[in-house]
Amino acid sequence: MTMIGLEIHCQLTNLNSKLFCSCKANYREFEINQNICPVCMGLPGSLPRLNQEAVKKAMTIAMALNCSTPEKIAFFRKNYFYPDSPKNFQITQLNIYGDTSVGGAGSIMVGDKKIRITRIQLEEDPGRLIYEGSSSKNQITLVDYNRAGTPLVEIVTEPDFETPKEVRDFLNILSDILSNLGVADPSLEGAMRADANVSIQGGKKVEIKNIGSFHDLEKAAHFEITRQESLHSRDIEIVQETRHWDDQRKITVSSRSKEEDLDYRYFLEGDIPWVSIDAQTHENLRSEMPESISSKKERYVSKYGIPIQVADVLSSDKFYSDLFEKAHTDSNAKEVANIITTELMGLMDTREKRESSKITSTHLRELADAIQTGKVSRNSSKNALHEILKTGKNLSSVITELELGNVSDESELLEIVKQVISEESQAVEQAKSNPQTINFLVGKVMQKTKGKADPALTLDLLKKQTGIS
Amino acid sequence: MNLKISALEYVQEVQSGNISVEDYVSKTIERISKVDEKIHAFLSVSENVLDQARMIDKKVRSGEKVGACYGMPISIKDNICIKDGKTTCASKMLENFVAPYDATVIQKLKQQDAVFVGKANLDEFAMGLTTEFSAYGASGNPWNTDYVPGGSSGGSAASVSAFECVASLGSDTGGSVRNPASFCSVVGYKPTYGLISRFGLISYANSIEQIGPLTRTVKDSAFMLNIISGLDTNDNTTIDGNEQDFLSGIEYGIEGKKIGIIKEMVGEGTAPEVLAATNDAVSKLEGLGATCEEVSLDMVKYSVAAYYTITATEAGSNLARYDNLRYGYEFPVEGYEFNSYIAKARRRFGPEVTRRMIIGGFVPSAGQAGKYFLKALKVKSKLTREVGEVFERFDLLVAPTVPVLPFKKGEKIDDPIALFQVDLNTVTANLTGRPAVSVPFAISNGLPIGMQLIADSNHDKMLLQAAYALEQTVNLPEVPI
Ligand SMILES: [Zn+2]
Repeated sequence: MTMIGLEIHCQLTNLNSKLFCSCKANYREFEINQNICPVCMGLPGSLPRLNQEAVKKAMTIAMALNCSTPEKIAFFRKNYFYPDSPKNFQITQLNIYGDTSVGGAGSIMVGDKKIRITRIQLEEDPGRLIYEGSSSKNQITLVDYNRAGTPLVEIVTEPDFETPKEVRDFLNILSDILSNLGVADPSLEGAMRADANVSIQGGKKVEIKNIGSFHDLEKAAHFEITRQESLHSRDIEIVQETRHWDDQRKITVSSRSKEEDLDYRYFLEGDIPWVSIDAQTHENLRSEMPESISSKKERYVSKYGIPIQVADVLSSDKFYSDLFEKAHTDSNAKEVANIITTELMGLMDTREKRESSKITSTHLRELADAIQTGKVSRNSSKNALHEILKTGKNLSSVITELELGNVSDESELLEIVKQVISEESQAVEQAKSNPQTINFLVGKVMQKTKGKADPALTLDLLKKQTGIS
Repeated sequence: MNLKISALEYVQEVQSGNISVEDYVSKTIERISKVDEKIHAFLSVSENVLDQARMIDKKVRSGEKVGACYGMPISIKDNICIKDGKTTCASKMLENFVAPYDATVIQKLKQQDAVFVGKANLDEFAMGLTTEFSAYGASGNPWNTDYVPGGSSGGSAASVSAFECVASLGSDTGGSVRNPASFCSVVGYKPTYGLISRFGLISYANSIEQIGPLTRTVKDSAFMLNIISGLDTNDNTTIDGNEQDFLSGIEYGIEGKKIGIIKEMVGEGTAPEVLAATNDAVSKLEGLGATCEEVSLDMVKYSVAAYYTITATEAGSNLARYDNLRYGYEFPVEGYEFNSYIAKARRRFGPEVTRRMIIGGFVPSAGQAGKYFLKALKVKSKLTREVGEVFERFDLLVAPTVPVLPFKKGEKIDDPIALFQVDLNTVTANLTGRPAVSVPFAISNGLPIGMQLIADSNHDKMLLQAAYALEQTVNLPEVPI
């Protein structure tokens, strides 16, 4: 049986500051080595100052993944020499001397399958190495410490996955949960990284390190299973080892480093006293937690009658469900959900498009109302949406400027109806004998009004003018 | 000009206009240039402090508000960072390290118009108890320059003792303030863990060490504590001292106090002169109205072993950052692979630091932790429990600060085990987080003996009252230098 376990590193990208200093957690906007200070550079005499907000966010993640949360948490030092680590140790958490990391055992459901979480720990991200030079002989390594000390949550799972697809489904759910909590933006580059343990029936456990994206994680698991199965079929022993994911070649490569032999000499970080998390804090954190995706979904279906597939898509995306919450009223909820899932999601399918779009919840609310009252046809609402995304102008001026308003003035419409009747005498006769074909005439009116005629009014006028009932 | 005044006397003299800051500071600098070649208490001297002194004089004359130190010349152990100056830890590794910040204690002293006359010598990275392990040469004891001043804050103690400054700041990991204070016959104070911010103190064993004052009198230590203690957002381990005033009520006395004489710290290994001094101290304490009784702390016999295991482990980690990649000394990195570069760069550490880091790599390692590091932690927690129980019955504990008299330079440097035993009486306060003070108590054949008092956590004020009371019972000769 194939067994896959994951160690997922997730940056708490929505925090203001790093885990132990006041440098920015969002290091991405800085020039190289400009988001650093004595603390995150580990200068002699500097001391870490624990970011309490990071502890709360990490605890929230633990709660959302149904993990046990302790009354006291502690930090440990993981000692190893590496140039991206300014102190040559990492401040992290451990559960070997009692459950003192932010989260203990938990689980989440992926479809019908329960995936068990082993633990969740809060730790600091190291800096970033940049390699320059072509051949290994003149290669130089540069270090950018902007990322050093960024808050990172490590989520460790039990080896409960049997296929790469299960891994992918889990990761999708996990990133939805994390963004719904408002703790992280999984779409940011490098915000989510992972290691995977893969073993097949009769083989030893192989650890794959350094997988830079969720997309690659599924690929890496797939590659590794295939590799191991091929070895197995040729009776070649699968040895316990650490491999690295080569994201250029999309393969795993055995790492010659003796990483598995490293002794991290863990011990308590004396510079950070134990943090007590009392019952009240637990309660507050729980009550301040945003509504879960599943409860949102349920509410959308039961309260607004939104179809379950639509509710599913809407609730699992924080950006759109937030937009929905702000835009909808009790009467237009279904229409708002419809606009978002059928139109908006397609128009804003990249991060850049989302960020550059000028749409607000007010736009959405007004547009849904306009469709419901017949002020705008569903057809022309698409054009309006395009224009709003681009310009951010308000709906009524978009309607006027693009002449998108429905022709609901009866006398204006009557002229067009009369015109169609005189032009399509044959069709009129046909409609008299077969009333269902009257839709052809409605279509003609729509054509002449570029889709802006109020369909109900058009039908009404056509019937009156032709005497069809 | 009399340099031999206490900090409180200095403040009074300046306040009353009897002396000028400029005069006192320039005489201090003169004194340093005269005597420091004999005792090498300083690694660097700030020659340019006279402008600052004159400015404070001006403030005094014009009646402007002046900080509590009134330009008092203070020396600072060279493992405490002063912004824009070198902080070397007496190591070749940090030969050129210039901190871009002030330690919290320095900030506080600056606010109170202290003048920093220089950085005091120490054992490299504060590892040692003779100051012989300084990479820049040993310090001498002002009482007899052939003798060690103790350590690791040997430069601090010697500078106060030899009137090269009014007061000093040291750091105490296992006795590093109290030991040299005892050897040089000055007061050395190690506060409750967390009372003083460690921000800007270069870590050796961060879970047990504290910055502490070295002064001529107990009152001076209280005066310094008033300035440098307190909660600090830059050090998460600081405790809320509720802005205590350690000076007020310091003359309260110790009548009715119960004092335990720690059995394990007065015995076989104690020098006869030190033993006699201890007996004398006990009868003096009783004369002051306290009752003294022998008390046993069983874990003390393992304390030195536990202390060296824990400090080596923490040192191994704390000193790992010195890979010379971001600061340090001139040694180009180009052409090296990372591991071979740092292996070479780190050869600049001296023998004692290297020894402790090798131990620090071994005792917490996967195969050994159970035998050494975890066992040491057990001793620490058992000792802490024991001390806690003792303080349910006693207000204070007493023991000689160091079991032996000051010894000659070179006498023990090649015998680390013999040196380790010198720490026997001081490490307990560090391992248990308790406050402790060394009070100058006797001079035997021209060599000082200090008496140590220990109190329960957060009873620093009571400890200072007791130290003050004991101090009043002795009348010691003046340092010969
Ligand atoms: Zn920083």
